[in-house]
Amino acid sequence: MNLSLTIKLSLKNIVGNRLRSGLTILGLVIGIASVILLVGIVNGATKSMNDQLSFLNTDVITVYTYDESFSFQYEDMNAIKRLDYITDATPYATVDASVGRGGVKASNASVYAAGEGCIDVMGYELQSGRRFSRIDINNGTKAAIVGSKIAEKLWKNSDPCGSEIKLNGDNYMVVGVLKSKGSSFGNDADNTVIIPFTSARYLGESTKITEIYVKAESDEVVDEATKSIQSYLSREKSLSSDSCEVSSGKQEQEAMAELNRMMALVLGGIASISLLVGGIGVMNVMLVSVTERTREIGIRKALGARRKDIMYQFLIESMVLSMLGGLIGIITGCLLGRIAAIIPDVYFSPSIGMILLSVGVSVTVGLVFGILPAYRAACLRPVEALRYE
Amino acid sequence: MINIDSLVKAFTLGDETIVAVNHVSLHVERGDFIAIVGPSGSGKSTLMNIIGLLDKADEGIYTFDGIDVTSLEDNQQAAIRNEKIGFVFQSFFLLQKLNAIENVMVPLLYRGVSEKEARERAAEILKKLGLEDRMNHLPKELSGGQQQRVAIARALVGNPELILADEPTGALDQTTGKEILKLLQELNRGGQTIIIITHDNFIAHQAKRIVRIEDGRLREEEAE
Repeated sequence: MNLSLTIKLSLKNIVGNRLRSGLTILGLVIGIASVILLVGIVNGATKSMNDQLSFLNTDVITVYTYDESFSFQYEDMNAIKRLDYITDATPYATVDASVGRGGVKASNASVYAAGEGCIDVMGYELQSGRRFSRIDINNGTKAAIVGSKIAEKLWKNSDPCGSEIKLNGDNYMVVGVLKSKGSSFGNDADNTVIIPFTSARYLGESTKITEIYVKAESDEVVDEATKSIQSYLSREKSLSSDSCEVSSGKQEQEAMAELNRMMALVLGGIASISLLVGGIGVMNVMLVSVTERTREIGIRKALGARRKDIMYQFLIESMVLSMLGGLIGIITGCLLGRIAAIIPDVYFSPSIGMILLSVGVSVTVGLVFGILPAYRAACLRPVEALRYE
Repeated sequence: MINIDSLVKAFTLGDETIVAVNHVSLHVERGDFIAIVGPSGSGKSTLMNIIGLLDKADEGIYTFDGIDVTSLEDNQQAAIRNEKIGFVFQSFFLLQKLNAIENVMVPLLYRGVSEKEARERAAEILKKLGLEDRMNHLPKELSGGQQQRVAIARALVGNPELILADEPTGALDQTTGKEILKLLQELNRGGQTIIIITHDNFIAHQAKRIVRIEDGRLREEEAE
């Protein structure tokens, strides 16, 4: 019997056994779709977390105090700057203020107050204009450095330097524009407005320093720099590690990597359970139908089918079913993922590797449990296959 | 055409060994119509399975058209079943998901006949058996007699040298059974060699030769 005819007859069998075919496909679809959906969502969550945390360069150390009664002084910051392995430091505070110009609002802009070294510490670069000067900081000048998206939105094509931006309705002179760093989920440098730390008081913020960003000489010495800050704070300021936190971008990224590893483990677990469930479904259907199929094989052998003919028939049937199930599974999984992503804070990021793996495993299960019983039956003498109960 | 000499087939059931076919010898000529009769458990089905190459004997000689078929490999036995033997079973054994004409086509397709030619030949034989308006029906849409006629068409379609019928009327009512029997007799008159297995003496007496099997041993009877 030639191949196209075998395929035709296999399709006939698949259509003829709608219930069995449907259940087999269902098992595959459940396995594959749930892997794609769950892995996609966990993947999306991991990605969004990564994006939120990776705005800090690895050579930046964050010093933060939880102690309400304590605040850092400028002298402390200058003392930290003079420690080993450290090049620069800046106070840092988020400011709650509306941003606009001439009636146009930049609604998703975030405003920060920082010291004169902030551009270098944060790893920003200037597209035009200048950094804050010591005088800006000392006098509390109403100056601002704006991100590239803000500049684009409020000034279109002209250079914002020298003109004014409104923060909570008050005029601030734009002195510099940041180069674009590209957007990410959480902190978006391009939508940032930075003002001198001392000017934050005009916007109703406290001028107490509770957070300092410190730049280490290089990635390699970040850990040493972190240690020297910690020992300085506990020695000179009697700050214990309970009331303040010193952590580097490198540490955060390492923690993130650890988290990612955990996520990968969780994913692996989810994926294997889903595939197991789907696989068992397929297996059940295939094995339950073995009696009926064994008799069919017996009849076919009596009519002159060779072992090869039987194997081809079952191979093709299983392949068609598996591929159909795989395809529907992928589509269902991606569709459900897209629907789930409508929920706020849920991201769906399907992974090609996982899709291939889940389809591979499911199809293998389908093929093995489709062919193995058929092979056993094909090896029986016809009379045994015909009598099979 | 068929020469069987001292065939032995034994089964083990628990500790007991049952000799289902005990040194049986049988000679079948072209054009024969033989009934193998015996009570249930006498070994007649085992003998038919061995003759039909559905089962293997433990000992003895079996030649079909001068070929020693006991020594053949699986695939070669499949080829002989396909080309030289047509089976008619008590419970029809039609493929449930295929319609009548497709069921009849199957032996030809395994032989490598093209689909088109197989369809033509199947249609022709179904017409001959009066099933031309049932060709596209599934087995479950057919009566028992119609199903058995489809099965006979399937057995005949490849022009086999031998038709092996195992209780072909066993699942049918008397009238339909007689019709089927008549059909087999007509085929035999046309030169078709037929072996029929039955426990029913009336049916057996429609055959030209009767061989009785009891406790695995064969005894030839004079037909009336």
